[in-house]
Amino acid sequence: MIKLSVNNRDVEVPEGTSILDAAGELGIKVPTLCHFKLDDFDIENKAGSCRVCVVEVEGRPTLAPSCCTPATDGMKVKTNSVRAINARRSMLDLLLSNHPKDCLTCQRNLDCELQRLAGEMGLHQILFEGEQMEHEVDRANQSIVRDPNKCIMCRRCETACNVMQTVGILSAVDRGFDAVVMPTSKRSLDDTKCTFCGQCVQACPTGALTAVNRSYDVWRGLNHPAKFKVVQTAPAVRVALGEAFGMAPGSVSTGKMVAALRKLGFDRVFDTDFAADLTIMEETTELIGRLTSGENLPILTSCCPGWVKFFEHQFPDLINIPSTAKSPQQMFGAIAKTYYAEKAGIAPDNMLVASVMPCLAKKYEAARDEFAPNGIRDVDIVISTRELANMIKEAGIQFMDLDESDFDNPLGESTGAGVIFGATGGVLEAALRTAADWLSDEPIEDVDFTAVRGLSGIREATVTVAGKDVRVAIASGLGNARNLLEKIQKGEAEYEAIEIMACPGGCINGGGQPSIKGDTSILEKRRQALYVIDGDKAIRKSHENPSIQKLYKEFLGQPGSERAHKLLHTHYTERENA
Amino acid sequence: MPTPALKQTREAEQARQAGFVCRVFCCAGTACLSAEGQDVWEALCDARSTHRLDERVDLVRTGCMGLCSQGPLVRVEIAGAAPRLYGTVSPMLARLIITEHVTPALTRGDDFVLPEFLSSHALPDDLAFFTQQERVVLDRIDQADPERIQDALAHGAYSALADALECRPAELIEEIRTSGLRGRGGGGYPTGQKWANAAGTAAEQRFIICNGDEGDPGAYVDRSILEGDPHAVIEGMLLAGHAVGARRGYVYVRAEYELAVRRVSTAIKQAREQGILGDAVLGSPFRFDCEVITAAGAFVCGEETALIKSIEGQRGTPRPRPPYPSERGLWGCPTVISNVETLANLPRIIARGADWFRTIGTTDSPGTKVFSLAGRARLAGLLEVPMGTSLRTVIDTLGGGSKTGRPVCGVQIGGLSGGLIPAEQLDTTLSYEAMSELGSVVGSGGMIVLDEDDDLLDLACYFLQYAVEESCGRCAACRIGTHQLLNLATKIRQNGATDADLALIDRLAKTMQATSLCGLGKAAPRPLMSFLRNWPERIPRADTPDGGAA
Amino acid sequence: MLSADTKPRRTSGVRADSGLLNALHALQAEHGYVPRQEAMALSRRLGVPLARIFEVLTFYSYFRLEEPGRITLSVCDGTSCHLQEGPVLLKAIQALLGIGAGEATPDGAYQLNVVRCLGCCSCSPVLMVDDKIYSQVDPADLPGILKKHPPTAPKEAN
Repeated sequence: MIKLSVNNRDVEVPEGTSILDAAGELGIKVPTLCHFKLDDFDIENKAGSCRVCVVEVEGRPTLAPSCCTPATDGMKVKTNSVRAINARRSMLDLLLSNHPKDCLTCQRNLDCELQRLAGEMGLHQILFEGEQMEHEVDRANQSIVRDPNKCIMCRRCETACNVMQTVGILSAVDRGFDAVVMPTSKRSLDDTKCTFCGQCVQACPTGALTAVNRSYDVWRGLNHPAKFKVVQTAPAVRVALGEAFGMAPGSVSTGKMVAALRKLGFDRVFDTDFAADLTIMEETTELIGRLTSGENLPILTSCCPGWVKFFEHQFPDLINIPSTAKSPQQMFGAIAKTYYAEKAGIAPDNMLVASVMPCLAKKYEAARDEFAPNGIRDVDIVISTRELANMIKEAGIQFMDLDESDFDNPLGESTGAGVIFGATGGVLEAALRTAADWLSDEPIEDVDFTAVRGLSGIREATVTVAGKDVRVAIASGLGNARNLLEKIQKGEAEYEAIEIMACPGGCINGGGQPSIKGDTSILEKRRQALYVIDGDKAIRKSHENPSIQKLYKEFLGQPGSERAHKLLHTHYTERENA
Repeated sequence: MPTPALKQTREAEQARQAGFVCRVFCCAGTACLSAEGQDVWEALCDARSTHRLDERVDLVRTGCMGLCSQGPLVRVEIAGAAPRLYGTVSPMLARLIITEHVTPALTRGDDFVLPEFLSSHALPDDLAFFTQQERVVLDRIDQADPERIQDALAHGAYSALADALECRPAELIEEIRTSGLRGRGGGGYPTGQKWANAAGTAAEQRFIICNGDEGDPGAYVDRSILEGDPHAVIEGMLLAGHAVGARRGYVYVRAEYELAVRRVSTAIKQAREQGILGDAVLGSPFRFDCEVITAAGAFVCGEETALIKSIEGQRGTPRPRPPYPSERGLWGCPTVISNVETLANLPRIIARGADWFRTIGTTDSPGTKVFSLAGRARLAGLLEVPMGTSLRTVIDTLGGGSKTGRPVCGVQIGGLSGGLIPAEQLDTTLSYEAMSELGSVVGSGGMIVLDEDDDLLDLACYFLQYAVEESCGRCAACRIGTHQLLNLATKIRQNGATDADLALIDRLAKTMQATSLCGLGKAAPRPLMSFLRNWPERIPRADTPDGGAA
Repeated sequence: MLSADTKPRRTSGVRADSGLLNALHALQAEHGYVPRQEAMALSRRLGVPLARIFEVLTFYSYFRLEEPGRITLSVCDGTSCHLQEGPVLLKAIQALLGIGAGEATPDGAYQLNVVRCLGCCSCSPVLMVDDKIYSQVDPADLPGILKKHPPTAPKEAN
């Protein structure tokens, strides 16, 4: 332990603690921009690049960046000396001098750390008038808008992309005043192996990386007189949407969310959880098939579009191992525009299917070539949790005052197994519940496979299913996924089933969710909320969902049938690893 | 003790050289080569064979002879006569030197008198440029062929190493510590202390890096040493390696220094062949080898943590220190990183002792410093003077003042991180302590003499432009700060300065100095600030009515 | 049931390999620049993401991403040359070749670069043509210097 003083108050911290954290122990907050820490994931960006967190250290001729200067014994720190305050203001001045002044129309208006800091420091004039950098804005993809003109070179996105996700496309290029973060070869994100996981967007403190906003397209669709408007909501949305309206993290706002969607003008409000149950039917059938034959193991889940794009680029040798089952979002679209359209007597091309997703990659997924059979898209528009929150505000709906409402049927009926898809481990647990039932003579009583739950990056377990040991592994976060896959490639580990989610913690931490601002404890609350919903459900096994049973009986036949394959399965494409 | 084979090589070369009655030295430094030096060399060779003098006259290509402004340079040494140094030698003159100086002198002996048309090309014997120097590091640069290790051996190379291998590393560290040698790259950190830190950090591996990324515009000290005496640098690395327990060294050289890269590579190869580098250095259990890493054009890589990243194959962006490289350097291992001139000092100190070294220079800055004098200096080139010599001595006495006839108005020293020193302060002595009092640095040795007509504000803008492009871009203080400072400097150059402009410049400079991550950003305002401080009458003023607030 | 929690580790895949600088020098020596395809092959060989190679390539001004002219004229912009007619020399070459700094002539014969101090400060202004340095260059000398480096035929495309 080392002792130091910050603003004349003594504090004792373990060796290696930064001045920033030591000050934090005393409740002294030093402003930061480039510093970014995700405690539970062991991720820290301390580039020391913004120089906003500089403090005075007695005996040092220059100021010290508190985020990346280790505290030492006997150190005397002043966070608010006149020199530190002046330097901090000048630094902010410099950053703003090279930043567009379009805050009012910026995607990150009121949610921008640079803007907030300028407000807190009370800057009232930008003193430096030199030219700003000029870069093209990249809008070529469905998920992410990249505006390098707003980049402050904090390198947080690089840490997310390279260290956390190991996707490895965002990096600093060029030098001096021209230095800026760009995708590989300065190409458009669309021409790279970007997975569109959106963790860079979550890490970005400014408007340099934002989500593609499709809310206007939803408004246009909602105002289309002839269209039949259907919406689906992913499991993780209901445990995070409330945060945008001041609800405590972990609050469940399913009923209010459904009510709000109705008020916005959707004709039917359905649930992606229903499609999650459907996914389990197909995927578990595949799992049991492979377990029985012993071939093509392990099976890898395929619900996560970021993960799918990741292995298409980076693990082409594994391209035949993931389940061929479409993701719940795409299954929903396929069923809505066939089975449900037929039932409701609506022409498929007259139906608008919108999704509310915690994810930015879902926007990309919906636009993939293979998901438009006969030229009709399974899913027409995807918006994120954040976009939905903004639409609700834009419509003047008082979210907190809404009475709770239920999903419509039949595509709104779901089980506890469907809702846990939103957390890492949930898909596998849902599949195990069904597999255990199907392989045993009698239905299982205990459906809680707690060994697969948790937030840690890689989890392994051996689960007993109908008397047989099944070795499973779960990875969330693509960096963890890479580690797991490399272990398998090297023959260091063997499993029968693996679940992978691109975002650390799963969909609850998706690129489209309200920002956790580095507070990973919020994720744990969201995760627990999902399991509470699961526990409260009368039916907790996907195959027991009456609407699913009816769907197979009336339309699909058996899981894995020819029709099921045509509508509910897909294929993967090897892509350039660059 | 050197190995018998090495001793034999040394003695054979000394005997070979003694066998010639006449030796003609031709400068093969970059500056001379750029001025027809190659043609001069060929002319000398041709004339020698035409006159069948191959047995009697030795022709030697050496490193930089120093007086680059008068290149190409050729020196004639005939037994029993004073050496003659010719300047601005053309191929024609080279032939005449053989036919009208060497040939008749060899036949006529003492009766020979140099004809007038040649003596007018010979430089005076008592040129202060040479007589006022104290050559320690440059002692054999103009004597030996840098491409032949035999020549270096004949001039004493690797004899300090042989002695040092018989010492314990701790003794070696103590000797360098006692010598008071300070890093010649700019910072002036005591080399012995650096060694002690590296040796004292527990590690499986340690590294020695020679920083040959001489980036300061106007400096070519390191280039000249690498080109002219690469073996002194390799020997210095071996000494450092033995002292701290390193087995591997890297010589990081600017890509633009093509000749230096080639000569160091040749020297390394020859040293390996002689058993000086390799698994058993001079037959001892000490194992050491080194390789050249060619840099790729980034000024900031002269900063040690950036240089290390560059060798590691990354962007050369500095990182905060501590930890210092002597504790955590290349690949996380303790690393001694020294500049070229520092390393070249080491064999001399070991050979002649720390006490001898301390007799040169000042108490706090012992030894000599090599400078490259350029700009408006009448005599420009490479020179070595004791620390503590005044700027005026170097510029007026050695350099002969201004060549333009206009008075010297100041000097730019230390490249980007130095400042502009006005004529009134030329009595300042060249030492770490005196220069830092002036708010400047000794730096790597670039010295640009300025005259009354030079546009100093333009020069300050030039340095700022350089900093804008060469900033690594990592920290905002430097990346944006240099850009905005250049913008302000350009603005006052074009429109004149208001009080508000000057206040803003001052504030920005202070911010950059206090918050930049590395020395580049901290030092970048220096040229501009020293101009504003020292030449207030030259600051263009905006003609706003109140002369002030804009 | 077993449960083994594993902390995520920072993967090795994102750190550039140490041989990178020399490998890039070798590519540039062979091709005159670093072609994208070659960089990709290098990326596979070293197991370093292409983005890492690219960030290194763009950091160092020596590396080129596009094919340069076959003969390179480098005008020194060190302090001494800057003070002593270096900018005049640059303008003269630009006028003579009709191209700007960093550009190649349309026929690909000459490449014009402005470079950092070449370390010939006592001989300003300095011009380097490929590896050959010319000192105290007067604009009037330029045609003679270019004559010593006549345009070469383009390399056969393979």
